[in-house]
Amino acid sequence: MLARIWQFVVKEFFQVWRDPRTRFSLIVPPIIQIIVFGYAATFDVHNVPTAVFDQDHSQESRELISRFASSGYFKITQESGNGARINDLIDRGRITLAIRILPGFAEEIRKREDASLQVVLDGTDSNTALIALGYINQITQRYQQDYQRDYLNRIAPLASQRVPQVMLDERPWFNKNLEDKLFFVPGTIGSVLMVMVMTLTAFSIVREHEIGTLEQIMVTPIRPLEFILGKTIPYLMIALFELLIISLVGVMWFEVPLRGSIALLLAGSLLFIAGVLGIGLLISTLSNTQQQAMVVSFFFVQPAITLSGFGFPISSMPPVLQWLTYLDPLRYYLVVLRATFLKGLDFDLLWPQFVGMAVFALLTLSAAAARFRKTLD
Amino acid sequence: MVSAPANDASVVVEELVKRFGTFTAVDRITFAAYKGEVFGFLGPNGSGKSTTIRILCGLLRPTSGRARVAGFDVASNPEAVRQHIGYMSQKFSLYNDLTVIENLRFYGGLYSVTGALLKERITWALRMAGLEGREDSMTRTLSGGWKQRLALGCALLHRPPIVFLDEPTSGVDPLSRRRFWELIQQMASEGVTVFVSTHYMDEAEYCNRLALLMRGRMIALGTPSELKLGAVKGDLMVLEADSLPRAIEAVKPLPQVRDVAVFGNGLHLVVPDARTAAVAVRDAMAAAGVGILRLEVIRPSLEDAFVALTGRAVDSEQEAGR
Repeated sequence: MLARIWQFVVKEFFQVWRDPRTRFSLIVPPIIQIIVFGYAATFDVHNVPTAVFDQDHSQESRELISRFASSGYFKITQESGNGARINDLIDRGRITLAIRILPGFAEEIRKREDASLQVVLDGTDSNTALIALGYINQITQRYQQDYQRDYLNRIAPLASQRVPQVMLDERPWFNKNLEDKLFFVPGTIGSVLMVMVMTLTAFSIVREHEIGTLEQIMVTPIRPLEFILGKTIPYLMIALFELLIISLVGVMWFEVPLRGSIALLLAGSLLFIAGVLGIGLLISTLSNTQQQAMVVSFFFVQPAITLSGFGFPISSMPPVLQWLTYLDPLRYYLVVLRATFLKGLDFDLLWPQFVGMAVFALLTLSAAAARFRKTLD
Repeated sequence: MVSAPANDASVVVEELVKRFGTFTAVDRITFAAYKGEVFGFLGPNGSGKSTTIRILCGLLRPTSGRARVAGFDVASNPEAVRQHIGYMSQKFSLYNDLTVIENLRFYGGLYSVTGALLKERITWALRMAGLEGREDSMTRTLSGGWKQRLALGCALLHRPPIVFLDEPTSGVDPLSRRRFWELIQQMASEGVTVFVSTHYMDEAEYCNRLALLMRGRMIALGTPSELKLGAVKGDLMVLEADSLPRAIEAVKPLPQVRDVAVFGNGLHLVVPDARTAAVAVRDAMAAAGVGILRLEVIRPSLEDAFVALTGRAVDSEQEAGR
């Protein structure tokens, strides 16, 4: 039994190692991916192209505009006219945002009436629009506060000193400077591992089916469990090697801290990889061609990443989808990754994730073993 | 290894049927093969040769009927069957991205051949295949003949008493084919039962016994000489003429000629009696103005037998269809 599994492991290693394309794809794309995500994946909004239509030409309007300009969030171009061009500018993609200050803005404030500021947004990218709107709100609010204090100062200097304010005392834990890369790099480790393991294993059985060696293996006394183990063990080891490389890039290059235990991270990774292997092998036993396997694995990987909490918070999803995330091994693994890298949590808090991944691995691997039959019909 | 119950017959097949949906690939085949025998399946593509072999290897489950290999039922005990057989598919199922020795070690490992025995068997396989000194060559760089013998070596590492070779010589040069058949004869002389499927007539001559398959049916079974003698009832004559189409026209309607078939650059005539037929043919050819280059009695070849037998099978099918 052991001899048979061992021969399989040796053979799979040789095959992966000999193929220059596989060797390349094991090392280069994961590193590129983690670098791209480390730098490019950010929710921050800077330099939003903004057109300002100042139809008031007052001291107040200029003051407000200069506050927008100096915030760094907006790249402002001053436009003349009454804003009829807004449509055109947004349609052409020149601007995401238009701010229009109507004539009489300053006059209304001076008369102590409410003045309005018109903001037109391209809502296509709802996230950017929302964040930009938040900044506009902040800046306008601030302007209003300052104006009010100034006004109070002038009419009732004594009273103005007694106006209380609520001050925010911000203390973000685990990620002091709220850097997006600390959120994305551990997540990328999970998604890169998943994509790698899927592509390696989804093809591994169906390829043998196509070249005919599977038929030859079927006539040997090998047992389905031995076959599945022989296909699992090498890829488990390759994936751990993969984990090592991308974790090193994350820690050394992006200075993501590793606050938790390495043993815990390894144990969680093993369970996660085993689960993805199980799915990959199951897809491979169910497919007739490598193309089929590729399409099916794509349809698994894509939603699995979306539902995992990799980019979008699970708590914001509709309840049905939230339930669906429990079928996603990446969901559990991302919790383990972020907990061990950023939070330094221990097993006593993470065991539910471990149970989730273990159940998933057990189910998919035994399904793959059950699906591998030694007959052609 | 489970030891096989004592039985003279290595393989016993009774009323074997395999259907894929409405298509009947193997239709009530019955035969037995014995220890040390080279048993051939001869038939055109799609005649059910591969399907029968796959059933006997436990790769396909029979729809009905029984097949026992090495004493074990292929449907109920395929694992025991697999311990006792070697199988080589049409594709020479080797890993092209492994070396010669790695392929041998891999298949040896799957058959639990280990240690000193594996070493000995690998040495044997390398010598048999003529690949000594090329252990570390990539399998993809080998030509057809080498690949074929390496695949055979891989299938024989565990010394199976019964071997199934599914069109082992397709895509292999004539010299390698001859050498391969020498290996088969040698195996058989050592007591191995060898099943070979082929569509080459010359190869079929090497078999001890032949089963002729057509459209899933076994239309004849016997030694090559039995088939040749049994198939052609009467005498066989060869006729070479300066115009073959006109010769066919001339001799076909003759009552003294039962069957006409084109063979190479001449005609083979099946006749009830050679002497009366020769006279009739000469007269008819003279009447038609076609010159005779050669007309004599010959011994039937396997191809003649095959043509006669398949023709007869088609006739009886049409009869049954009426």
